[in-house]
Amino acid sequence: MQYHQRMESPLSIDDNAQPCLHLHGDWTLTHYAKLRRQVQRPALRPIRMDASGLTGIDTAGATLLINLLGSAQIRELLPRAEGLSEERRALLLSVADAMQHKPQPPEDIEPWRLTDMVEATGRLTWIHLQHLLQFLDFLGMSLVTLFRVLPRPDRWRVTATVAQMHQAGFNALPIVALLNFLVGAVVAFLGATVLQQFGADIYTVDLVAYAFMRELGVLLAAILLAGRTASAFTAQIGSMKVNEELDALRVQGLDPVELLVLPRLLAMVITLPLLAFVAVLSGMTGGAMVALLSLDISVTQFIGIVHDIPVQHLLLGLAKAPVFALMIALIGCLEGFKVSGSARSVGDHTTAAVVQSIFVVIVLDAVAALFYMEMGW
Amino acid sequence: MVSTDTVIRVRGLCNRFGEHVVHEHLDLDVQRGEIMGVVGGSGTGKSVLLRSIVGLLRPSAGEIRLLGEDLLSLDSGDRQALERRVGVLFQQGALFSSLTVLENVALPLIEHAGLSREEANELACVRLALTGLADHAAGLYPADLSGGMIKRAALARALVLDPDILFLDEPTAGLDPIGAAAFDQLLLTLRNAFGLTVFLVTHDLDTLYTACDRVAVLSRKKVLVNDTLTAVAATDDEWIQRYFHGPRGRAAMAERRSGRTD
Repeated sequence: MQYHQRMESPLSIDDNAQPCLHLHGDWTLTHYAKLRRQVQRPALRPIRMDASGLTGIDTAGATLLINLLGSAQIRELLPRAEGLSEERRALLLSVADAMQHKPQPPEDIEPWRLTDMVEATGRLTWIHLQHLLQFLDFLGMSLVTLFRVLPRPDRWRVTATVAQMHQAGFNALPIVALLNFLVGAVVAFLGATVLQQFGADIYTVDLVAYAFMRELGVLLAAILLAGRTASAFTAQIGSMKVNEELDALRVQGLDPVELLVLPRLLAMVITLPLLAFVAVLSGMTGGAMVALLSLDISVTQFIGIVHDIPVQHLLLGLAKAPVFALMIALIGCLEGFKVSGSARSVGDHTTAAVVQSIFVVIVLDAVAALFYMEMGW
Repeated sequence: MVSTDTVIRVRGLCNRFGEHVVHEHLDLDVQRGEIMGVVGGSGTGKSVLLRSIVGLLRPSAGEIRLLGEDLLSLDSGDRQALERRVGVLFQQGALFSSLTVLENVALPLIEHAGLSREEANELACVRLALTGLADHAAGLYPADLSGGMIKRAALARALVLDPDILFLDEPTAGLDPIGAAAFDQLLLTLRNAFGLTVFLVTHDLDTLYTACDRVAVLSRKKVLVNDTLTAVAATDDEWIQRYFHGPRGRAAMAERRSGRTD
């Protein structure tokens, strides 16, 4: 045999009057990378095919072979192929069929250009503007729904609201209290360190009390709820959207804003001021503990000083809580409604909800601080 | 490998969820190269059986051997090797939503077969074409696909490593009749080409008549009958009689008979 020395090669062709294509070895996925390097398009156009040396072939091998020869040629060769089992013939045929209308791999991404950055900036600005409009739209829609439902007690979702209050408010109580206690202690330490230099350590009490009543209590509670509850709202509503539950509500003539948003909104508006009050108390307890242990200010003395602070400061702080609650709840719900289609989208929007609500809370707090100061409150 | 021709062997399988008993002393054998259709009313635990066999669910009791090995008692390396020889098409497709269709199909090739992205994409495209997915779908994300396209893409992913056993959970549900018929043919071609063993959970009587070699009926917490379709359809059991000889069953059977005489 003249082609004996070529037996090793997976693909060989002999050059007599009727060129015959010989296939050898294992044409499977395991050897795909190696095969791809080894075999080359045959120089001659084969008339016959001999597959008696073929020990195995799968879709990957079939793809490679058909890529080398072309679908049309394989079709011509197949009926006359020697040593090819009926099954393998069927496999090659169906792969050849498939490869005639196979999708093209997507093209590579275009290289980055400077103008892309300008375009991206413009696009981002536009998107953020749209977000703002969407938010205002949603705020209006929620308020209108609220005022429509308010005079009709039979449409109040008391159970849902209480359940949300339990989840978003009551369950957050331990973490809010603990965190504020610790921050209260830290602020007291800080005050003691700085004020001791002036012999004014007694003012540490005022520092802690003012800080927590006016700012920190409500701010920390709001930031915690922004992380804890806004994300939960987005994930809940987002998963419902993915699962087409929102569409199911709409086709039944039920209003998702009334059913899903209002209970969450009300729960937040009711519980955040309460949580903020707990936060103020825990913060001052933390401060009192540090005052007692390291500044020798007794608890009676501490309470005496706090007692002299006008209650107005506490009210100024707590007045911010309902506004923060409104923002957190609305952002959480709105991001949930924006979810589209996939699990990934739920994740993206949950992140967005947390970032946005923390951002909004801090910005509003800064604005409020400025306003209070200008008013001389 | 084990030379036995029984690729799936289930003995005394029990599955309980709290008080709710799904399977009790269930036995089932699937031979190499056959297409086994599994039918049963809703809630009879067809999907639970499938999940137990592929090792996603630890059964309450019983023994399951897949290609002669007990999946749950293997160490992680052997288990991975065995899982590579198994392809699963889930009921909802379970495509990875953060990847495009092409990336979904190419992922096992890159991870397991060690191909470059270019090679993997090339092979993935062929699989997509084999399952009859439209050209433009390769670059889309699963969220943008219709139900039928998701099924095809998921089948392409299940087939991509040329598995020995293919598990299909209601593959033709959500396909149009033309697509479903093409799917049945595709299944037969693949089985003939690879000696692929198929475990097929279905409600599609046409698929049962066209593609399945044997049919197992799940009822009353066990496999009631496991035989050729004709034998199963002739079984004297109320549910089976209603299943195979209801209006839909008769239509599928008539079509099959007329197809044979042609």
